[in-house]
Amino acid sequence: MKKTVLLGIIVVVALATAGVTALLVNIFERKSEARNPYVRLTEVTEDTTDPAKWGVNWPKQYGSYLLTAQITSTRFGGHGGSEALPEQKIARDPWLKRMFLGYAFSIDYRDRRGHAYMLADQEITKRLTKPQTGSCLHCHAAVMPLYRELGNGDAAKGLAATYKYSYQDLSKKLHDSGHAHPVTCADCHDPKTMQLRVTRPGFTQGIQALAASDAPVPHLPSVQRWREGGKKTPYDPNAEASRTEMRSFVCGQCHVEYYCSSQMPLTFPWGKGLRAGDIEKFWDATKFADGSRFLDYKHAETGAPILKAQHPEFELWSQGVHARSGVACADCHMPYERDGATKVSDHWVRSPLLNVNKACQTCHRIPEAEIKARVDQIQQRNYDLMQRGGTAIVALIDAIVAAKKSGATDAQLQPALELQRKAQWRLDFIAAENSMGFHAPQEAAMVLGEALDYARQGEVAVARLRR
Amino acid sequence: MEERKSSTAPWILAVLVGLLAGIGGFTFLYAEGLSYMSDDPKVCVNCHIMTPQYDSWQKASHHNVATCVDCHLPHGFVRKYLAKGENGFHHSAAFTLQNFHEPIMMTPKNAAILQETCVDCHSALVHEQVLRGADGSGEVQCVHCHRNVGHGPMTGMGKFE
Repeated sequence: MKKTVLLGIIVVVALATAGVTALLVNIFERKSEARNPYVRLTEVTEDTTDPAKWGVNWPKQYGSYLLTAQITSTRFGGHGGSEALPEQKIARDPWLKRMFLGYAFSIDYRDRRGHAYMLADQEITKRLTKPQTGSCLHCHAAVMPLYRELGNGDAAKGLAATYKYSYQDLSKKLHDSGHAHPVTCADCHDPKTMQLRVTRPGFTQGIQALAASDAPVPHLPSVQRWREGGKKTPYDPNAEASRTEMRSFVCGQCHVEYYCSSQMPLTFPWGKGLRAGDIEKFWDATKFADGSRFLDYKHAETGAPILKAQHPEFELWSQGVHARSGVACADCHMPYERDGATKVSDHWVRSPLLNVNKACQTCHRIPEAEIKARVDQIQQRNYDLMQRGGTAIVALIDAIVAAKKSGATDAQLQPALELQRKAQWRLDFIAAENSMGFHAPQEAAMVLGEALDYARQGEVAVARLRR
Repeated sequence: MEERKSSTAPWILAVLVGLLAGIGGFTFLYAEGLSYMSDDPKVCVNCHIMTPQYDSWQKASHHNVATCVDCHLPHGFVRKYLAKGENGFHHSAAFTLQNFHEPIMMTPKNAAILQETCVDCHSALVHEQVLRGADGSGEVQCVHCHRNVGHGPMTGMGKFE
């Protein structure tokens, strides 16, 4: 009996020791996780464009980046349709196609896919059946080594050279150079320190022009400091911006409005401010090298000199309450995830609606269903107003076409054509922006309201001709 | 004869108890077990998932007048160490097993303690109507409106400049 008790105690003590040892190892693991956020197993440099190589050192970030190949969709965004290509936006909203007649977006304009597809999708779009310029690669490939090569070490010079290349020629150079990857780690991270940094020359030029302007930028305190500090040297985002600002600037390298065609180098139009009206003023004051007026295309039916909006996410976000409160792009689109004792920024960049818990509830301590309902309400209202804009723009185009048929001259139609340019610019600004108004609901409604007003003013201008 | 046979067992037991004491003692020291007896806010970031809370507290209005324990533990000696023990157990278990809700949220019990500590310092300033809600009924929580005083507005995001 005594022996059994003794044996029992031995077993219990042994188990307890095993448990304490397990706890010790667990504590050791947590401590080392916190001490060494990464282990540099392989060397990466400015010219390491293959994300897989970086993935050796930073497997967590790389692992989540790989998930951008997943098909995701929200109510208003993302990849509908089949497993293969996303759905055509121009088929779903015929007014888009009508607006873009005379421009390659009337041929092929689909829902977005994730970062992993950015280069592949550009290479298979049917827009390439029309002449396209090398400028497009600024935001669709790991293009920095190529820029440095073309500019003899100066990436800005390299970019300035690329608009003269056809897309096909520059794409071939890219593939030959071995850098044909979509977005890569060095685009946003210094390979030595992993610090956030901007690399795209288009962004640097654009933000410098914005800083040099007197447009209000309450959401960019470092720009305000630079303005107050005497503006001695050009504003340098990599030296002066705070970490929070950098967490938006890196995204603003591409998720913006820009000119991206063959008549002049890629241009970010921020010299008069970031609002739709400011950017319109900038384009109106811009002339091509031959002295002609700036435009993206002539509308095929009306001949109006149209401005095509790209995807002004950074600009619209700048007008919203989140930017004003110091919330960066990455806070919602790449929120922190805890992994053991380390924090990892989620590199599966996606809609916050797919990750409400981490993206929204860190600040908004209300139920997920309520958050989703609020977003849905904002987006639904924006969608409804935008559809009204679509109806209005089609009515204006119809009116101009009918007036032309009955003999109205271009000179007579001039006011209406100008109004088409203004209306379409604003409607497209919100339609091409990828948040369905959420980034700045009031600003979006204002821009759409102006679009509707200009479209109907245009109709009135045409109607006056009949008198 | 019987006695002789089992005489090795006590020795094994002695070695095992020694091992347990040694490993246990080492684990306790390695885990900085003694530090948890102090009120130093740095102790709360021993396990690094509290870093955002610690960082944001340093930026918030109360960082000169209140540390973690001033708001998050009752002010009476006995209740303070009871709550410390209970929370400490839950936190250690959660961090070891990695099975907790994120973002980290306060339990109702701890929310009642928080309300109580607000009022304990500010009782001279707050009116009877506010005090009436201080029983944990949740009717009037100070932090419902004064949410930013402890940790600023954006704990847990990328704000460390």
